[in-house]
Amino acid sequence: MSFVLISDPFLRDGNHAVSHKLTAEHIAEYCKMADQAGVPVVEVGHGNGLGASSLQLGESTTPDLTMLEAARANLKSSKLGIHVIPGFATIERDLKPALAAGVDVVRVASHCSEADITERHIKFAREAGKTVYGVLMMSHMLPPALLAEEAAKMESYGAEVLIFMDSSGHFLPHDVKERVARLKEAISIPVGFHAHNNLGMAIANSVAALEAGANVLDACSRGFGAGAGNTQLEVLVAVLHRMGYETGIDLYKLLDLADMAEEKIIPKVPTISSVSVVSGLSGVFSGFIKPVIRIAKEFDLDPKDLFFELGERKVVAGQEDLILEVANDLAKQKI
Amino acid sequence: MKKAKVAILGSGNIGTDLLIKSLRSPYLDCKVLIGRSLNSNGLQKAESLGIAISTESIQHIVKNPDCCDIVFDATSAKDHLVHAPILKKLNKFVIDLTPARVGSICIPAVNLTECLKQNNINMITCGGQASIPIAYAIGQTHDEVEYIEVVSSIASRSAGPATRLNLDEYIHTTEFGMQHFSGAKRTKAILNLNPAVPCINMQTTIMAKVKNPNLDALQKKVAEIVEKIKQYVPGYEIILNPMFENERIIVMMRVKGLGDYLPEYAGNLDIINCAAIAVAEGFAQK
Repeated sequence: MSFVLISDPFLRDGNHAVSHKLTAEHIAEYCKMADQAGVPVVEVGHGNGLGASSLQLGESTTPDLTMLEAARANLKSSKLGIHVIPGFATIERDLKPALAAGVDVVRVASHCSEADITERHIKFAREAGKTVYGVLMMSHMLPPALLAEEAAKMESYGAEVLIFMDSSGHFLPHDVKERVARLKEAISIPVGFHAHNNLGMAIANSVAALEAGANVLDACSRGFGAGAGNTQLEVLVAVLHRMGYETGIDLYKLLDLADMAEEKIIPKVPTISSVSVVSGLSGVFSGFIKPVIRIAKEFDLDPKDLFFELGERKVVAGQEDLILEVANDLAKQKI
Repeated sequence: MKKAKVAILGSGNIGTDLLIKSLRSPYLDCKVLIGRSLNSNGLQKAESLGIAISTESIQHIVKNPDCCDIVFDATSAKDHLVHAPILKKLNKFVIDLTPARVGSICIPAVNLTECLKQNNINMITCGGQASIPIAYAIGQTHDEVEYIEVVSSIASRSAGPATRLNLDEYIHTTEFGMQHFSGAKRTKAILNLNPAVPCINMQTTIMAKVKNPNLDALQKKVAEIVEKIKQYVPGYEIILNPMFENERIIVMMRVKGLGDYLPEYAGNLDIINCAAIAVAEGFAQK
C-alpha cells in the first residue's frame, strides 16, 4: 500500500485567518494533540513564514521564536516545520535562530518563477543538517514546462522534496495532474501539493496530485487558512484511508484534534465566501482577502472589482501594498 | 571646463549603464571600463563607443594610477573589500555601488555635501535610494518614529544573478540605511520580484508607525525632497501621497529608469546609478 506524507500548516497558514494572532498557548495545545495523532510534520509561524511579521502583511502578536519554542516543547515524534521566503527572511537574522530553536523541516519558498532566490537559504539549511523542501508558490502563474524548470533548480540547490502551491485556489484537477506529471519527468525528488479551496476543489485536487504521482500533501484541521481555507486535513485523511493509502495518522485522534481546534482556536471555520470565489477565479493570492475587504470598504469599492483588477495586474504574494494603490486608482476612476 | 576622469570597475549591467550616463555628463570624462572577460557585453559595448577597456580588474588602476580621479565600483561587496584599501592608497575618490558599506552611506538628496568630504562613498542599495529620502522626511517631521518598513517590488528581469544571490545583504544594508537616516527604533526591508510581462516599473512602499502623525508637515517635506531627487532621478514619482491608513503612515513611489543601457522598467538599477553620478558630478565640481 502506498504511503502519503502529510504536512500540516495549520499553525502557519491558519495565522492568515486570524491576522497572525495565534498565541503560544494555541500552538502548544495544537502541537500536543497533532503529535499524539501522528501528524508527520507540523508547520508553525507567521502566515507568510519566518521573518514575515510586518506592516505589509500584518504583524504577529507572538514572535517567531516564541512560536517555535512553544511548538518544539510539544512535538515528540512529529517534525517541526517552517516556511521561509527569501526577500522576507534572512539567514543571519531569522533562519539561524530558528534552526537553533530546534526546527526539523525547512521549507524554502519563492514565487513560482523565482526559484534562484532560494539557493542560499536551501544550501544553508542543508549544510545545517535539516530536511529541506523547495516550495513554488502561486504555481498557476507558470506553464507546466517552466514550473518544472524552476523545480529542477531547487533540486540542484539541494531540496529533498518539491512542493507546488495553488496559492490562489485556481486549479482544477487536470491542471494539477499535468503539473505533477511534468515535475515527475524533470526531477527525481518526491513531489508534493498544497491546495486552496476557493473553488471547492482542494480535496479533489489533492487526490488528483496523488493519482499523478505526488507523495506529499499539505492539509490543515478544518481547512484553517487564508480566505476559503486549505485542504481539510481530517477529510483528506479519511478519503485517503478509504482509497487505501497509508498516512501513519490515527484518524480518531485527528478528528478529536479538529474538534478541539474548532472549539478553542478557530474563530470562524473557513467557508467559500463570494469574495473567495472571485479570488480563486482572478488568480490572486488567498492571503489578500482580509486587506482587500478592509480597503474596499475604506474606498467604497466592491471587493470583487478590486480582486479582478489585482488579477489583471498579476500581483504576487507579498505585494499586499498594491491593494491600496489599485483601490486608490479604482476610486479615482469612479468619480 | 576641466572634466573629472572616471574609471568604472565592473562591466555588468550597472557598470555599463554608468558608462553611458558618464558619457552624457558635462562634468565627467569616462576613461576606462574595467571588467574580467572580453566576452562581457559591457566591454563590447564600451569598445563600440570608443572607450578604453581592460580585463585586468583592479590591477589596471594600480598599473595606471593616473587614469582616473574617480572610481565607480560596480563589482560585488566581496570584491569591494579588496579594492577599497588599494584605492585609498592611490588616493582615489571611490563611489561604491555594492552593499559592502566600507565608506559613508550617501543619499544625494540628503547628505551629498558631507559625503564629498570623504574618500569612499557607499550608495547603500537601489531600494534604499528610493525609500530612504522618504524615511528621512518621516524622521524630520516626527519626534518619535517607532518603526519604518520598506517594501520594494522590482521586475524579475531587472534582477540579475548577483542581486538574487545577495538578497540578504540587500535587506540588511537597506535596513541599516533607513535606521541611520530616519532615526527609527526598528526598521525592516522586504523585496519582491515580480515576473509580470510587460515588466513592472520599480515600485516602493514605505510604512511607518509614529507617535502623533503629522501628515501636513510630512507632505510638505516629501514634496521638498522629491524635488531634489528629481534633479538627479527624473523618473522618480510619488504615486500615493502620504496617508494614514490602518494605524500606519503609508507613502508609495515608482521609479521609471532613463532607459540608457538598461530598459526603462529597471528603475531600481537606474536610481542607484543616477545617485552615483550625482555624487561624482558633485566631486567634479568641487
